[in-house]
Amino acid sequence: MAVIQEHAKRRIKEIVASHKDEPTPLLIVLSQIQEEFGYIPLEVQEVVSEEMNIPVAEIYGVVTFYSFFSLKPKGKYIIGVCLGTACYVKGSQNIIDKFCELLKIKPGETTPDGKYTVDALRCIGACAIAPAVTINGKVYANLTVDRVEKIIKEYEGGAN
Amino acid sequence: MAKLVNIKIEGKSFQVEEGLTILKAAKKCGFEIPSLCAFNDGKCSLASCRVCLVEVKGARGLVASCAYPVNEGMEISISSARAVKARRSSVELLLSNHSKNCQQCSKNGQCELLHVATITGARDDAYTGELTRTTLDRLAPGIVRDTSKCILCGRCVVRCKEAQGIGILGQEFRGFKTIVAPADNRSFMHSPCIQCGQCINVCPTGALSENSEISAVDKAFTTHKYVIVQTAPAVRAAIGEEFGEKIGTPGTGKMVAALHRLGFYRVFDVNFSADLTIIEEANELLLRMKNGGKLPQLTSCSPGWVNYMEYFYPDIIPHASTCKSPHEMGGAIIKSYFAQKHNLDPKDIFVVSIMPCTAKKYEKTRPENAAVENLPDVDAVLTTRELAKIIKRAGIVWNKLPDEDFDDDLIGEYSGAGVIFGVTGGVMEAALRTAYHALTGKEADIVAFKEVRGLENIKEAELDINGTKVRVAVSHGMKNAKPLLDQIRKGTSPYHFIEIMGCPGGCINGGGQPFVKPVFLPNEDDDILQTYIQKRASVLYSEDERQIVRQSHNNKDVIRLYKDFLGEPCGHKAHELLHTSYVSDRVRFPGK
Amino acid sequence: MRINTPQELVNKIRSCEKCLAQKFSGETGTKALLVCGGLGCISTGAGDIISLLKTKLEEKGLQDKVSVDSVGCFGFCSQGPFIRVYPGETLYRMVKPEDVDRIIEEDVIGGKIIEDLIYIDPKTNQPARTEKDIDFFKKQIKIALYGSGIINPENLDEALGYGSFRAFHKVITTMKSQEVIDEILKSGLRGRGGGGFPTGRKWQFALDQKSDVKYVVCNGDEGDPGAFMDRSILEGNPFAVIEGMMIAGYAIQATAGYFYVRAEYPLAVSRLKKAIALLEEVGLIGDNILGTGFNFRVYVRLGAGAFVCGEETALLNSIEGQRGQPRPRPPFPAVKGLWQKPTIVNNVETLAVVPYVIRNGADDFVKLGTEKSKGTKVFALGGKVNNVGLVEVPMGTTLRELIYDIGGGIPHGKKFKAIQTGGPSGGCLTEKDLDAPIDYDTLIARGSMMGSGGAIVMDEDNCMVDVAKFYMEFICDESCGKCTPCRIGTKRMLEYLQKITEGRASLEDLDALTELAYAVKENSLCGLGQTAANPVLSTMINFRDEYIAHVVDKKCPAHVCKKLMEYYIIPEKCKKCGKCARVCPVSCISGVLGKTPFLIDPLKCIKCGMCYSVCPFDSIIKR
Repeated sequence: MAVIQEHAKRRIKEIVASHKDEPTPLLIVLSQIQEEFGYIPLEVQEVVSEEMNIPVAEIYGVVTFYSFFSLKPKGKYIIGVCLGTACYVKGSQNIIDKFCELLKIKPGETTPDGKYTVDALRCIGACAIAPAVTINGKVYANLTVDRVEKIIKEYEGGAN
Repeated sequence: MAKLVNIKIEGKSFQVEEGLTILKAAKKCGFEIPSLCAFNDGKCSLASCRVCLVEVKGARGLVASCAYPVNEGMEISISSARAVKARRSSVELLLSNHSKNCQQCSKNGQCELLHVATITGARDDAYTGELTRTTLDRLAPGIVRDTSKCILCGRCVVRCKEAQGIGILGQEFRGFKTIVAPADNRSFMHSPCIQCGQCINVCPTGALSENSEISAVDKAFTTHKYVIVQTAPAVRAAIGEEFGEKIGTPGTGKMVAALHRLGFYRVFDVNFSADLTIIEEANELLLRMKNGGKLPQLTSCSPGWVNYMEYFYPDIIPHASTCKSPHEMGGAIIKSYFAQKHNLDPKDIFVVSIMPCTAKKYEKTRPENAAVENLPDVDAVLTTRELAKIIKRAGIVWNKLPDEDFDDDLIGEYSGAGVIFGVTGGVMEAALRTAYHALTGKEADIVAFKEVRGLENIKEAELDINGTKVRVAVSHGMKNAKPLLDQIRKGTSPYHFIEIMGCPGGCINGGGQPFVKPVFLPNEDDDILQTYIQKRASVLYSEDERQIVRQSHNNKDVIRLYKDFLGEPCGHKAHELLHTSYVSDRVRFPGK
Repeated sequence: MRINTPQELVNKIRSCEKCLAQKFSGETGTKALLVCGGLGCISTGAGDIISLLKTKLEEKGLQDKVSVDSVGCFGFCSQGPFIRVYPGETLYRMVKPEDVDRIIEEDVIGGKIIEDLIYIDPKTNQPARTEKDIDFFKKQIKIALYGSGIINPENLDEALGYGSFRAFHKVITTMKSQEVIDEILKSGLRGRGGGGFPTGRKWQFALDQKSDVKYVVCNGDEGDPGAFMDRSILEGNPFAVIEGMMIAGYAIQATAGYFYVRAEYPLAVSRLKKAIALLEEVGLIGDNILGTGFNFRVYVRLGAGAFVCGEETALLNSIEGQRGQPRPRPPFPAVKGLWQKPTIVNNVETLAVVPYVIRNGADDFVKLGTEKSKGTKVFALGGKVNNVGLVEVPMGTTLRELIYDIGGGIPHGKKFKAIQTGGPSGGCLTEKDLDAPIDYDTLIARGSMMGSGGAIVMDEDNCMVDVAKFYMEFICDESCGKCTPCRIGTKRMLEYLQKITEGRASLEDLDALTELAYAVKENSLCGLGQTAANPVLSTMINFRDEYIAHVVDKKCPAHVCKKLMEYYIIPEKCKKCGKCARVCPVSCISGVLGKTPFLIDPLKCIKCGMCYSVCPFDSIIKR
């Protein structure tokens, strides 16, 4: 099991302490940790458990319940393909299939080199520009299957 | 007096207390609504199984009777076609995601799912499809987890938090993938689980069970010449329940008779070793009090508690008594003293302990508990439930058994003090009886220590023994022990001696005891879940009262053991055979 | 600068109104450029347009005379990005960053309208200069979206200048809690989140509870795929929602309000937090507001990616740091809610409407809508419709008006098949329902429900069985897993749907699926499970022949279900260019360049559709 580094431990304690006056702040704490660290592995959960007096199993249950929390680190580029209804009826399933096919991973997985993660998103509210894909916050509108390869090439070149 | 409301069930009028759930109210009126996950007033994932659905006039949709409170004028139908169909459908869906091998399941005969499937008329293979990915964890000697049998009732999750304050189990993932597991779906062996088995006691199906050692014992009969069995005090307080006896019926005589018919070389009572433990521990305490040793001293006969200490309070290990638990002492004495006296090779001896406990299945594997020629002091631990299984397997009819006595062979005698080990406060009372005698030379008045009996979270007593003030405390269930432990950690503990039991109520409510499931106990009162512990406790207290010898230090076999073999209590030989050590660097979530 | 008394608030409002009016009238010689900042427009260049405008104006030294603001969603998403110019309200559509120079030179400086950026009405082919001239906007009435698309959502003064806090002032100076509730009851306002429960009644339950602590919770966990109404309201005019929450708090005598917003809406969250901070700064949120003794604090909590947290009790559990699993009811949140205190949970849109109702009076509000569904509803119109976007129409508007008059009909001349309302909890409405008035009860009577307002149009190229399967996949993914019928039942339903779409099902399976669907509907613990079967049941009723085709003929009439369709190159139309073969990921297309028509090997084809989308000659069909 990985050993958590001291400075990471300190930072987690800081985050917990910063919310100590708010009632039941577990989700806020985990969201902040997810944002800063990119993932919330068991070692980190143990520290949170100790600081917040919540059983580790309960924290693990919360982390695995919500899609936003990740046990494993995500890739450098997180490709989120919206599979909401509006995007779906306009063919976003083919788009996510294409991304997965080219990157050789399944939805939710990260490429072995840690560069890309492909996530199936549940409606990001961009229905007007369906099908929509976000990559690290940048939204691609009205995407078609034939543009997928080009987009990946953009990121391969280290662009963006 | 609670306000009463008028309700109708199946058109018949009743008056019940306001605020009761429909399920409870119906029971009082003579209706047992089929239910599954509901347990002990909401100590579960409330209203999740959707088996207990009933029809309520005017309500939108069907209603979960385990959670819905009655109100004035409510009209309930349990037998409406809609409700019957709904209950059946919930069960059928559960069955479609459930392991199908009931024949091999240890819970067969006491499975609440199978019971409710029969009652609701669930059809064979009404729904078929993929199964949630199964985790089968057999690593921990004490507990086995099989998620293919889990119905996500949430009882175990609540129980671990409630009894132990640890909360080892939780629901993980979401939707169809949801399972109940320790964090990271670790094995119980690789998480800070103390293997107390409280979760097993509440599980409605075979998802949680003890790790069976029946085949190990069967094999021993072919590999070892002398298979010797010893039974814990708490076993006799409950074993009869496995054969239909009412809770609180003493079963000592029949239990011994059954064991005599199972081929064991000798049938001994762990109470003997309990007396031995008291001699060692009381002396240890007095030595610490005299020589400025670490106080308070903490009892160490509950392996669930010892696991907890190692995982969560390793800093207070020096406070723990180094005494082994009674059955481990028993095993060590059998393989040394008993073997020598009878000229037996210890390698030919296989010691089986019948315990109310699952943590002892783990305890016996600890290398620190192997005193004689590196052989484990105890080779196999069977729970009370496992004993009942092998008794039934051998065709023995319980209620036709006579009462028989334990074998009187060097280590057969026991005192009333040993008997009460099985109840919370029992070890303390036993120890005080002996400590009193050690300090005053007189026998204590038996009722002097009654303060440490009962089910309050923490019991305290302050005694003045010949000018020496002795402050003691007793707790059961690790959640209750925590304040005492934190005191010790802070250095503010006012006590000299603390008894800590891992299970709420003590060993009589251990993880290996017969299940107390009201649905299978139609002859018990409706509130049996609130009274069964006291009923079992009274079996032990009354057996204590029936003994002639009430104090450990008056056990003549123990006296002879010291005289002929051990020497001084807490002396060199006693330390070799009867004392153990603890692990201070136990990792809670070791690497995979 | 704090606002300490009701009179100070009135003064402040008056001066802001004057300022804002001046901004739009241009009477002081200024111009205002409002750029639509909705997600659709931002993703197609609106962000660049805004920064370019600001840069160029500064270069020309015009930054004091011409203001540039990013405002809330205009709603006409298929025509974005937009700029609205004041004075005059000229609407430029499909603006590109390259157009910025022209806009500044020709309109801002030159005062001329740029013709090619004006919307052309497809029916008349005439230019429509302002929103009042455009069909898409004509039938809309902005109540929940009041201020959205007009005020700068990060500017408190503009909000105050456009109606905000007038209602709050009225409440706090002239009304008692019960009077506020009475007014809301009179208005007939029903929950806009999907349930349609009378808002006034919910508040009444909470007011009737005796407790020193009560809470108002705003449900911003808009998880219906295809719905972005709440996001647009929060991004467009967060002040309106906060005001609604505070009025609700006053009505039930609560002292704190919690927003629960999806984490997928970072802009909405930041606008909300900014608005709260601005209101705290002036003392309109906090202790002893306006010196009246009313204390109210507002907090923001984020979701973390769980659709089920839109269910009110799951939402409460989520705020309490737990898995988002619902609670059995009773007790209802109004009695025992957040941290076991009396709590009302209201949708964003519901709260946004409250200030309007109070400000203009219930009598005004009830003039709109139908008998049992008063007021307006915001819809997110999406799917196979020309004018995809956000609209707010009075209840009672028909589906035909929504799809054809406002939505502009089905693109590419395709035939209308169905419109799905209520997302995964709703059902589909078909040709026969087009003239039905949209209101809560009518939609339920016709097998669907209002839901939060997502409305997805489908055409002949959509397979309704596939749509039902899609929604069921969503439900299975988002089911919390607590109760048996939803956790296992929906999975079994999905398995049936997979069987059907893969041609492995029998007629008995259809019956079994129907029976199971009713079981899930009847027995589930919460709304997610109770409505999970709706898409299946409604499509089975309305499109039974499509199901039969999948089951008996093993065919997908719409050529969508992969195992029941194939891509086929029409040999006569094939120009032998080989483009399809080049893009095929499994190299299953064979042929000789320029010589022989290309041929897809149906055994190797993975039905990805690449060839279909790249063929320049439409020679490939689905069949």
